[in-house]
Amino acid sequence: MNAPITWERFDYLSGSEDGHEPRNSVPKEILDSIRRNGVCLKGTLFTPLNRDNTDTQSLNVQLRKDLDLHVNVVHGITIPGVPVRHKGLDIVVIRENTEGEYSGLEHEVVEGVVESLKVITYEKSLRTAQYAFEFAFLNHRKKVSAIHKANIMKMGDGLFLQACREVARKFPKIQYDEIIVDNTCMQLVGKPSQFDVMVTPNLYGNLVGNIVAGLCGGFGVVPGGNIGDGVAVFEQGARHVAKDLAGRGVANPTATLLCTAMLMRHIKLAGFADRLENAVLKVYSDAESSGDRSSLTPDVGGTGTLYRMTQQIVRNLDA
Amino acid sequence: ANAARAFASGKQFEATLFPGDGIGPEIAEAAKQIFIAAKIPVVWDEQRIGKTPDPRTNSMVTRENLDSVLKHKIGLKGPMATPIGKGFRSLNLTLRKELDLYANVRPCFNIPGYKTRYDGINLVTVRENTEGEYSGLEHEVVPGVVESLKVITRKASSRIAEFAFAYARENQRQKVTAVHKANIMKKADGLFLECCREVATKYPDIKYDEFIVDNACMQLVSNPTKFDVLVMPNLYGDIISDLCAGLVGGLGLTPSMNIGLNGLALAEAVHGTAPDIAGKNMANPTALLLSSCMMLRHIGHKTEADNIQKAVISVIAEGKYRTADLGGSSTTSDFTKAIIDKLD
Ligand SMILES: Nc1ncnc2c1ncn2[C@@H]1O[C@H](COP(=O)(O)OP(=O)(O)OP(=O)(O)O)[C@@H](O)[C@H]1O
Ligand SMILES: Nc1ncnc2c1ncn2[C@@H]1O[C@H](COP(=O)(O)OP(=O)(O)OP(=O)(O)O)[C@@H](O)[C@H]1O
Ligand SMILES: [Mg+2]
Ligand SMILES: [Mg+2]
Repeated sequence: MNAPITWERFDYLSGSEDGHEPRNSVPKEILDSIRRNGVCLKGTLFTPLNRDNTDTQSLNVQLRKDLDLHVNVVHGITIPGVPVRHKGLDIVVIRENTEGEYSGLEHEVVEGVVESLKVITYEKSLRTAQYAFEFAFLNHRKKVSAIHKANIMKMGDGLFLQACREVARKFPKIQYDEIIVDNTCMQLVGKPSQFDVMVTPNLYGNLVGNIVAGLCGGFGVVPGGNIGDGVAVFEQGARHVAKDLAGRGVANPTATLLCTAMLMRHIKLAGFADRLENAVLKVYSDAESSGDRSSLTPDVGGTGTLYRMTQQIVRNLDA
Repeated sequence: ANAARAFASGKQFEATLFPGDGIGPEIAEAAKQIFIAAKIPVVWDEQRIGKTPDPRTNSMVTRENLDSVLKHKIGLKGPMATPIGKGFRSLNLTLRKELDLYANVRPCFNIPGYKTRYDGINLVTVRENTEGEYSGLEHEVVPGVVESLKVITRKASSRIAEFAFAYARENQRQKVTAVHKANIMKKADGLFLECCREVATKYPDIKYDEFIVDNACMQLVSNPTKFDVLVMPNLYGDIISDLCAGLVGGLGLTPSMNIGLNGLALAEAVHGTAPDIAGKNMANPTALLLSSCMMLRHIGHKTEADNIQKAVISVIAEGKYRTADLGGSSTTSDFTKAIIDKLD
C-alpha cells in the first residue's frame, strides 16, 4: 500500500534465546530505536517458567518498564464474520501497565513462604485514569467503569479508585461507575454489552482484557497498544506466544494488522489506517456473504492459511 | 416426627443449617422440605447469626454458631447480609478463619432447558481460600504509594493441590489444571505450581496441565469445554469461579462448598440476599439445593444427592415450573413442590 513507513527490524529478540538462559534485559539498541522512532510494532516474547530463574523479569514487562509505557489499551470489537457468541461488542480496556502485581518484587521469607508485592501508586493510577477519560472523551464514549477489588485490598485498590474518582469529576459528561472484578467477569460473559470503557489496575486489566478478547474472537483478531509519553508500542490485545501455532502458517494476521492500523493512526496516517482496516475487514465480510471461508485462518472458523489470508488482504488493498 | 420418619431410611446425622438473611429463610425452607420428601435422615441444628457482635469471636458469628459446625462437621448456609461496621470481622471471614475453610469448590454445568450462550460445560473450580492476595497486609509506604502483600506458602498450596486431585479422583474427573501467573510472579506462583506438580506425580491416573491465568480466562469464554478441574490461588479462584458461574447462568444456579480441617464442609449458596424479592415467595432455591447435594455427597450420601439433583434439574428443564429469575412465574413453593413430585 506504499505507506511512508520504514521499519527498523529486530528479529533476534527472544524471551528465551533458543530455549536456553533467559535474557535479563532488552538490548539498548532496541530501546533507542523505539525511543527514536516513537512507535513500534511488537510480537509477544516467550517467558521461561522455572524456579531456578526467578530473579529475571519477563522481557515484555521489562520493555514496558524501560520505556514507561504506562497504559495498555485493548480494543475489543466483534468483527462481522468472526464467529462469536455475543454480537455488536465494542469494549475498550485501559489498563495500568507497569506496576501493581507486576512489580517484580518477591522474596522467600522462610523456606516455603513467599511474599509478592503489589505496588499501587497514586501517580500511575492517576495517569491511567486520565488516559481512560481522555480516550472516552475524544472517542465520544459514554461510560467509564473502574474495575477493582477494594473490598479486599482496601488501601491498594482503594488508592486506584480514589484516582479514578478524582479524574471522573473533571469529566462530568462521562458516566462513571465502579465494579468489583469478580462480578465484572461474571457480567462480561453474561451481558457484555453493558460495558463501554473499562479502566483497571494491571492484573485485573490483564484478565478482563483477555476475556474481552475471547468474546471478540480470540488473540488472533483483537489489537492493542502500549502508550507512554511520546512513545507507543503496538501489539496484540491478548498477548500470547501461541507456541502451538508457531511455524504452521495458520496464525491469524488480523490482530497484528489492526495494530499496524492503530500505529498508522497514531502517527497521523489515518487514511492508510482506514485502507488497511477495510482491507482486513473485507476478507471477513466477503467470507460471510459468500459462505466461502477458505481465506480465513482456522481460529476464526476458516479453512485457509496465514499466506492465503494475507494474499486476500493485499488483493483488497490493491482493488 | 420428621426425624423419626427419616430415621427409617438410614443412619441419622446432624447438620448445621444457617438459613441466612433476605431470601435465605425461604430457600432454606425449600431445602428442608425436599430433604424430608427425599427421606434424608438429617436433623438440622438451625443456627442464627447474632444481631450484635459476639466478643468471643469479634464478629456477628457467635461462638455457638461456630461450635455447631465444629461439632457436626457438616453444614448448609444460605446468603447472609454483610453488616457494615467497624471494629469487628465480616461473617465470611470469621467462618473461614475459625473453621479453617481452606478450599472453595464450585461445580459448573449447564442446566438443560436453561439456555445460555455456552454449551457442554462441566467443570469444577477449586480455589485456595486462606492466603494469597487476601492476606490483609497492606501499608502506605509514603503518601500515594501503597504496598499490598500476596502470601503464598508451600503448606497451603500443597493442601489445596492435594484436595483438588483427591476430589478429581473421587468424582471421576479426568484432569486437573493449575491456573497461575508464574511468568510474572515467578517465586509466588512458581511455588504454587511446584506444589501442584509434586502432588500430580502422586496421581498418575489424573491428567495434569497448567494455564497462565489470562490465557485461561480467554479460553474459558471461547472454548470452556476443554476444562475439567481447575485449581488456583485465592484471587484467580475468586475471579474464575464467578466467571464460570456466569457461563452457565449466574450465581443463582451454581452450587458451592467450603472445605475445612478434618473433612469439615460447609455448603453454601453464594448469591446475595436479594432484599428486593425477600419474603415474596419468588426466590429461586436452586443454588442452595444443588449445594445441599454437594453436602450430601461429601458425607457419602451419593444416591440421595443424585436423586435430588436430578429432580431439580428436570423441573427446570421441563420449564413448566420456573421462578421469575429464570423467566418463569412460579413461586418458590410451587417450584419446590414440583421438585418433590419428581423425587424417586
Ligand atoms: N512460557 C510461556 N508459556 C505459555 N505462555 C507464555 C509463556 N510466556 C509467555 N506466554 C504468554 O505470553 C503472555 C505475555 O508474557 P509475559 O510474561 O512476558 O507478559 P505478561 O505481563 O504476562 O503479559 P500480559 O500481562 O499482557 O499477559 C503471557 O501472559 C502468556 O499468555
Ligand atoms: N436465589 C435467587 N432467586 C431469585 N433471584 C435472585 C436470587 N439471588 C439473587 N437474585 C436476584 O439477583 C439480584 C442481585 O441480588 P443479590 O442479592 O445478589 O445482590 P444484592 O441485592 O446486592 O444483595 P446483597 O446485599 O446480599 O449482596 C436481585 O435483583 C435479586 O432479585
Ligand atoms: Mg464473588
Ligand atoms: Mg468472589
